[in-house]
Amino acid sequence: MARVVLTGNLAKLADGEAELDLDVSSVRQLLRVLGDRHPRLKPHLEKGLAVAINGTIYQEAWLEAIPPDGEVFLMPQIGGG
Amino acid sequence: MAPMDGGGHDLKWVGKRPVRPDGVDKVTGRARFGADYNMAGQLVGRVLRSPHAHAVIKSIDTSAAEKVPGVKAVITRDDIPDQPPEPVTVGEMSVNFSDLIRNVLAREKVLYDGHAVAAVAATSAKAAREALKLIKVDYQPLPHVLDVEEAMRPDAPVLHDNLFTEGADPPADKPSNIAKRIEFTLGDVAVGFEQAEVVLERSYKTEPVHQGYIEPHACVASVTEDGQGELWCSTQGHFVVRAICARMIGMDISALRVTASEIGGGFGGKTVVYLEPLALALSKKAGHPVKMVMTRSEVFRATGPTSGATIRVKIGATKDGRITAGEAEMAYLAGAFPGSPVNPGCMCAFAPYDLENVWVVGYDVVSNRPKVAAYRAPGAPISEYAVESLIDEVADEIGMDPIDFRLKNAAKQGTHAAYGPKFGPIGMIDTLKAIKESEHYNTPLGPNQGRGVGSGFWFNIGGETCVSLNISEDGTATLMAGTPDIGGSRATLSQMAAEELGIDYDKVRPIIGDTSSLGYTFLTGGSRVTFSSGMATVQAAQEVIKELCARAAKIWDIPAEAVTWEDGEARPAGDNAGKFDPLSLEELAASAGKTGGPITGYASINAQGAGPGFGTHLVDVEVDKETGRVTVLRYTVAQDAGKAIHPSYVEGQYQGGAVQGIGWALNEEYIYGDDGLMQNPGFLDYRMPVASDVPMVDTVIVEVPNPNHPYGVRGVGETPIVPPLGAIANAVSHAVGVRMHELPMSPPKVLEAVGGAANGAGD
Amino acid sequence: MSKCHVTATINGDEVEYLCEPEETLLDVLRDQLFLTGSKEGCGSGDCGACSVMLDGRLVCACLVLGAEAQGRKVETIEGMAHGETLHPLQEKFLEHAALQCGVCTPGVLVAAKALLDRNPDPTETEVRYWLAGNLCRCTGYDKIIRAVMDTAAEMRGN
Repeated sequence: MARVVLTGNLAKLADGEAELDLDVSSVRQLLRVLGDRHPRLKPHLEKGLAVAINGTIYQEAWLEAIPPDGEVFLMPQIGGG
Repeated sequence: MAPMDGGGHDLKWVGKRPVRPDGVDKVTGRARFGADYNMAGQLVGRVLRSPHAHAVIKSIDTSAAEKVPGVKAVITRDDIPDQPPEPVTVGEMSVNFSDLIRNVLAREKVLYDGHAVAAVAATSAKAAREALKLIKVDYQPLPHVLDVEEAMRPDAPVLHDNLFTEGADPPADKPSNIAKRIEFTLGDVAVGFEQAEVVLERSYKTEPVHQGYIEPHACVASVTEDGQGELWCSTQGHFVVRAICARMIGMDISALRVTASEIGGGFGGKTVVYLEPLALALSKKAGHPVKMVMTRSEVFRATGPTSGATIRVKIGATKDGRITAGEAEMAYLAGAFPGSPVNPGCMCAFAPYDLENVWVVGYDVVSNRPKVAAYRAPGAPISEYAVESLIDEVADEIGMDPIDFRLKNAAKQGTHAAYGPKFGPIGMIDTLKAIKESEHYNTPLGPNQGRGVGSGFWFNIGGETCVSLNISEDGTATLMAGTPDIGGSRATLSQMAAEELGIDYDKVRPIIGDTSSLGYTFLTGGSRVTFSSGMATVQAAQEVIKELCARAAKIWDIPAEAVTWEDGEARPAGDNAGKFDPLSLEELAASAGKTGGPITGYASINAQGAGPGFGTHLVDVEVDKETGRVTVLRYTVAQDAGKAIHPSYVEGQYQGGAVQGIGWALNEEYIYGDDGLMQNPGFLDYRMPVASDVPMVDTVIVEVPNPNHPYGVRGVGETPIVPPLGAIANAVSHAVGVRMHELPMSPPKVLEAVGGAANGAGD
Repeated sequence: MSKCHVTATINGDEVEYLCEPEETLLDVLRDQLFLTGSKEGCGSGDCGACSVMLDGRLVCACLVLGAEAQGRKVETIEGMAHGETLHPLQEKFLEHAALQCGVCTPGVLVAAKALLDRNPDPTETEVRYWLAGNLCRCTGYDKIIRAVMDTAAEMRGN
């Protein structure tokens, strides 16, 4: 089970469920499971999101693998100047 | 495998300081920037801008303007179709086209001084000017609001009737200027403040500042009768320009070919569009190419800047120097449309530190100012200025050296960043130690002088990136990247290509490809180019090498796996070692036609795993207590580059960021009159640092390799502008003996602070 | 009003052009003569990106009218190198990486050459004040100042 943490305003949209243990093996799968569980989150999962897996930040990376005991943070997408 | 630095591999080009490939063009005046392009038969495009801070546009009459001899097209809000106010994905960005269209050309209302209202294309500048004068706009002026706190008040003039605060709890039931409320929580600050022995709380304020690139926005556009478009422009991201313009003008993305000119500075301010859609729309209507160039006044009034903000910070610490809690609440000015960098501002605020309890709240606030654009580490300098100022004050309060205090709390590998995830290998502590050990830090100060330390963090990013690498018949290489080169990236990419291929740096000729020559490539921003295009370059070179080995294998009639690539030549390996004479790149290139065709490499990647950037700055200032002038005497930057591919250009980023920070801290600000009009839209009155304002900037390049890049690269372009504001504020405060909480610390404000302190002492 | 007929010497060559009375020398250089090395950063004489020499005097071409160049000598960045040989300042700017985006570079080079022509041994402070009229937003000036000082030393034969 991966430990998934929702940061910022995402937790609110998940009815306060900021930390979850999910059986997911890829980012795409994670987003699908989260969206099904919290429909209010769904539009926010489709855009403007970054996913940190064991400390490395991935953006727009559906296919990235999530290890079984991975620590995953969902956070706002990062841009730059 | 690409060689990692420190892996015992002798690097021939990476880490050296060769002359940049575009250097001669730039010292001889040959290099062509945005305004240097011309198309045959081009018209001159000009923009009519709002003279009001806030007004309803009741009507626009262009009939007289259209009759001016030489005028070929006039466009207004009626010429660009509206789009729904929903975010649309454009590459990696989420764009609200309803807002963007309204910023490019006002529709129902003008929302700031300088807001574009109409545009004309004419055969001469004179005719265009004449036409602008004859456009009749009937405005109904409205009350305006500029200040962030005033804009948040319930009785403030509301800019957008359809703007309801996102993230408000309970949900907003009426429109306001607060576009968004965001919140980040780590641990429990209530518990943290309980554990604290010292708790300080202060409020800070910063003013909007402009990116200040020397080259104004410029473009030339041509749309032909069959709907094909060509656009040359000065931009940080021509693929992004293409996507946005194509959607706005109603073209297929592939029907628009965008070429990035040389770019005369961007700093984030050229990641958006202003003139480009107007030039395309004018060209479409006129049937001729249209060239548009902004004046400096237009640049100030209608592009950039970055946010001004108010920030409240509260920090609790134990007397032995451990921070137990950090709290911050910040409101950022977004300008006329939502989208300030308050999100990263919140995430970065406490990021340099290893804290258990953090609570940060941010507000994105619209006002009657130009819509903000990204500016180097967007949002981070503002929030980190406030935090670094208070960190310094807490260190003073508990009687601890400011570097030791930071060292005791510094983020390190394994630290949970205040915004969530754990850091991998990072160089925060190394930069603090480098400054602490510097000769500068250990040199005594004179009277009226003060010393300040500030640290800073920025994420850095990767993203979608394409690079092609073609081997020419003589064994030289052409490298094409899609990321406009603002500060020397053609050099760094060529260095990595030369290193991989084992050929001379001079044998690699790099160019920036147009949007029809490469796959989608995200813009030059987020300090991503040397990281992402570097990663793609290495990958393209590896593909070339693989092919070269395969060709050699065919020539030798041995398996491809039995060939290795070393020092620019294919060598038989394993059982075959020494059986054949090595084949050089030159030889393999010459026979490429006979062995299967030209040898090329192409990488199309979404680069992930950017390495976070940390830096610490040290500055000495002297304050003239009679005039309030602050003179920067000495400056040292230490920052983690991961691996400096071309150290001179890394140093250049550090030095340039520091000096931009000096301007932000001491002088730069947008000044508005009561009428809501900008009063200083020129370089004389918007005072950026000049050569005589600043000292040399010493640099220390720390190298903690980023494990996700073949050479260990981290982005370096943005972090350097994060620490200066706090470092300089701390230095000024130490010099005058009183804490200042507002930027810029311009002479009048310093005088006020000094006078206030003198009066206070006399009481 | 009719156009002004102007004959001037630009980078050593006699040049003839017609310009509007209100047209600046910078517009003439860039738009008529295609000498686009001089840049317009402000149009108000504050940034120095259009620095040129007019009869041996350093000026901002945006503050000079095209008509004013009648019978005078104009030197621009395009005339700084000789054939295939760069001016020592140009060489040193490359060696020191004294440019990033490069848009201010032509103006800085013209101004720096004007300084070294009159003062072959300037102090760092003199270089900084002389170049105070040339804005650079990328470099923080450090490498520019070093390149100019180094060029001066080399040209003095040190």
